[in-house]
Amino acid sequence: MTGRLRFLSTTSGKIGFSIVVFVLLVAIIGPFVAPHSPTAPIGVPLTGPSSHALLGTDYLGRDVLSRLLYGGRSLIALAAAATALAYFIGLLIGLIAGYTRSMADPILMRGIDVMLAFPPILFLLVLITGLGTSTAVLIIGVAAIQAPGISRIVRTATLEVSVRAYVEAAVARGENGVAIVLREVLPNILAPVMVDAGLRFTYSILIIASVNYLGLGLQPPNSDWALMISENRTYISLNPLAVVAPAAMIALLTIGINLTGDAIARALGRSYIPAIRTAAR
Amino acid sequence: MSAASDPVISVDDLCIRLESGEAVVEGIGFTVAPGEVLGLVGESGSGKTTTALALLGYTRPGVHIDKGTVEIGGQAILGRNPGALRTLRGTVVSYVPQDPGAALNPSMRIGEAILDVLRAHRSSHVAKDSWRDALARVDLALPGFERRYPHQLSGGQQQRVTIAMASVCEPPVAVLDEPTTGLDVVTQDRILAELKALRDERGMAMVYVSHDLAVVAEMADRILVMYAGRVVESGRTADVIERPRHPYTRGLVAAIPDLGHRGTLRGIPGVSVGVGNWPQGCPFAPRCDHAVAECDSAIPTLDEVSAGHHVRCLRWHELTVNGRDRARPSSPTASDLESVRGGDSTGDVLDVKDLVATYRRSHTGHPAVDRVSFTIGAGECVALVGQSGSGKTTIGRCVAGLHVPASGTILFDGAQVAGAAKKRPLETRRRIQIIFQNPFESLNPRHRVGSSIARPLRGLMGLSQREADAEVTSLLERVRLPKYLSQRFPAELSGGERQRVAIARALAAKPDLLVCDEITSALDVSVQAAVLELLKELQRDLSLSMLFITHNLGVVAAIGDSVLVMDQGSLCETGPVDEVLSAPTNDYTRRLIAAAPRLPDAALR
Repeated sequence: MTGRLRFLSTTSGKIGFSIVVFVLLVAIIGPFVAPHSPTAPIGVPLTGPSSHALLGTDYLGRDVLSRLLYGGRSLIALAAAATALAYFIGLLIGLIAGYTRSMADPILMRGIDVMLAFPPILFLLVLITGLGTSTAVLIIGVAAIQAPGISRIVRTATLEVSVRAYVEAAVARGENGVAIVLREVLPNILAPVMVDAGLRFTYSILIIASVNYLGLGLQPPNSDWALMISENRTYISLNPLAVVAPAAMIALLTIGINLTGDAIARALGRSYIPAIRTAAR
Repeated sequence: MSAASDPVISVDDLCIRLESGEAVVEGIGFTVAPGEVLGLVGESGSGKTTTALALLGYTRPGVHIDKGTVEIGGQAILGRNPGALRTLRGTVVSYVPQDPGAALNPSMRIGEAILDVLRAHRSSHVAKDSWRDALARVDLALPGFERRYPHQLSGGQQQRVTIAMASVCEPPVAVLDEPTTGLDVVTQDRILAELKALRDERGMAMVYVSHDLAVVAEMADRILVMYAGRVVESGRTADVIERPRHPYTRGLVAAIPDLGHRGTLRGIPGVSVGVGNWPQGCPFAPRCDHAVAECDSAIPTLDEVSAGHHVRCLRWHELTVNGRDRARPSSPTASDLESVRGGDSTGDVLDVKDLVATYRRSHTGHPAVDRVSFTIGAGECVALVGQSGSGKTTIGRCVAGLHVPASGTILFDGAQVAGAAKKRPLETRRRIQIIFQNPFESLNPRHRVGSSIARPLRGLMGLSQREADAEVTSLLERVRLPKYLSQRFPAELSGGERQRVAIARALAAKPDLLVCDEITSALDVSVQAAVLELLKELQRDLSLSMLFITHNLGVVAAIGDSVLVMDQGSLCETGPVDEVLSAPTNDYTRRLIAAAPRLPDAALR
């Protein structure tokens, strides 16, 4: 079967996936091909593009291109780690709450409601103020912001799937709950979860970028796209590329992920939603 | 075609195609006189619903009307712009859908929904209580009924509301798309009575679409049998049902289980051809017992058998009325029954005593199952019948360990079993298997068929992956499916195929007791016959005991040894199938039997 790559058959899937691959390549290979050091000044601050510095220099005279090539890794890795952790927690809570339909459900869900009541950025800022800023705090903080929403979606999808006859057939065979959830429920809630995953990842990027921009995440002289925007924003009229280039990278990444997520969800949906309406009833 | 002088519906040479050019409906033509009911019959995929929708000038997305004319009440329907069509729909021709639960707007009160139809077609100054008449006409003039929402209604009430909506503007024509499929017989009987009343009082012409010839025989004056987008036989109901000429029509008639006749049903072999796969010649030839070489060369013409009775078959001259396909004994002999029961009874496999089951969120305060006791002997098939909501499914779920009874005992092979499947020993779980109603939900859409069947082999039988794979092949063979299906996903299978896979999955555990929960109610009649045939054979070969839950008394007669009739949570009559169906003692049983649609006797002999 053409299976796993079927989402590429749509135009939006192709475009989105190409963009994601491009941005990821920049982030991964970038440091190896960077012409200069990301932290050492190479000339006069805030000059425009030249053959020496293709995207010009920033406010300290560092090469914008080199900083751009170095600056993706931290942001993407942090966002990916935070989203993965959020999914681990969210799936766990959502599947338990949705599948067991026991007292665990209302208790977990009220806890989730409380979590959702906090404004996300404020929550993260309070966390950083209390614990200081570090990679671990950023990851855990963003995961804590994301997990409640994920568990909501997972729970709803699980509730719907867990009354289907194929799940009951497994119950009647006496299979244990974990096996049923992993084998019968999880594969069938992937479509809504995949769409959500794309959005979540972009949202993680945006939160981390915001915190970095506010100066509470990664600290100078690290190179980071969000940090670059923050550092150079005052001088945008002198070398606009120092702000626009990193901003464009973040925008490209989020757009690409969303397009890809949509395409995947559509491909998944088509393969398993049976044509109930056309069947004899 | 019709003798009627002034038809209210006249369809001529209707062709409907997919965007890719493949025909879905080809050259259909018919007329319907005022007050006449035309039955449109065929298996799924025959094009009957597509044809019916074309009467409203509507096609499903991806399909278009290629040529032909449709005139209703002298007005051409096709080729009108969407605005003009909207005016006609509801006032000239109206539609009653198959699934009223999905067709009614869940956020609109019943009264409001009916007023909405009136407002769309009359002036906006419709009297606030105009719904009153419309509801009274379908016997729903209950106090406060118009304030209810669709989800507060039973399936039958919902369907009566859609009929009220379809008739409120008094259109001369109504298109009914399987309006009673999915309803139990008593409710179905009521809906059919309402429809007949509408026809008689208003002289409304109706096009009644269904796959069930028994229901159509009760309603229709004339019948049009469709196969692969074409009319294969048409004529007066008596001609088509009692003197069918086309092998396909005969197959459909023979496939209908009838409560007065025990014994073998004959399904139509093979599956209905899909759109785009129509063969060169007669599309039914690959499934036809009477096919000869010429059948494959060209599509036969529609020939006249007698006045108004047409058939599209090369060999209709030879297939005379006497050469009936129905192979059923007039009544089962004692030895037949004995052999079905597996000779000497070795004691009861299942013994249910004083079973009480409740639902936590029950509003009635009435238990779903109230002190029910029954036994199933070894190799016996016990049919459990009742209307929807009678608690029959709950009993099946209790036996399978999916619902924990409030009280009472379930003895399996003499030993008491726990309420929840999880608490039962592996051996018990293996020996009791359940098959579910909806073939579209009973298989995990994410797993290949082979993997679904292998699951109980691995978990309950303890086979290795390789042993399981080999066993899957032989199980598929057992339920007469080709072995390559094991690599397919459920979405690629038809309803009948899926239900066979579900049977194979249940058989994988080599069970002693099979709980079948309405397993044929979602299937076409012809497919149902084939599945019942298969189950009977399996029961005989493997000496299975069965608890067969159904609302169809014809199915009971076809497969059951004894029958339990349920009404509102308790058993109201039990006994051998022959006795209960031929001489019911309980009022409720009598009502069920009276309500069951039956073919005229002439068709059964």
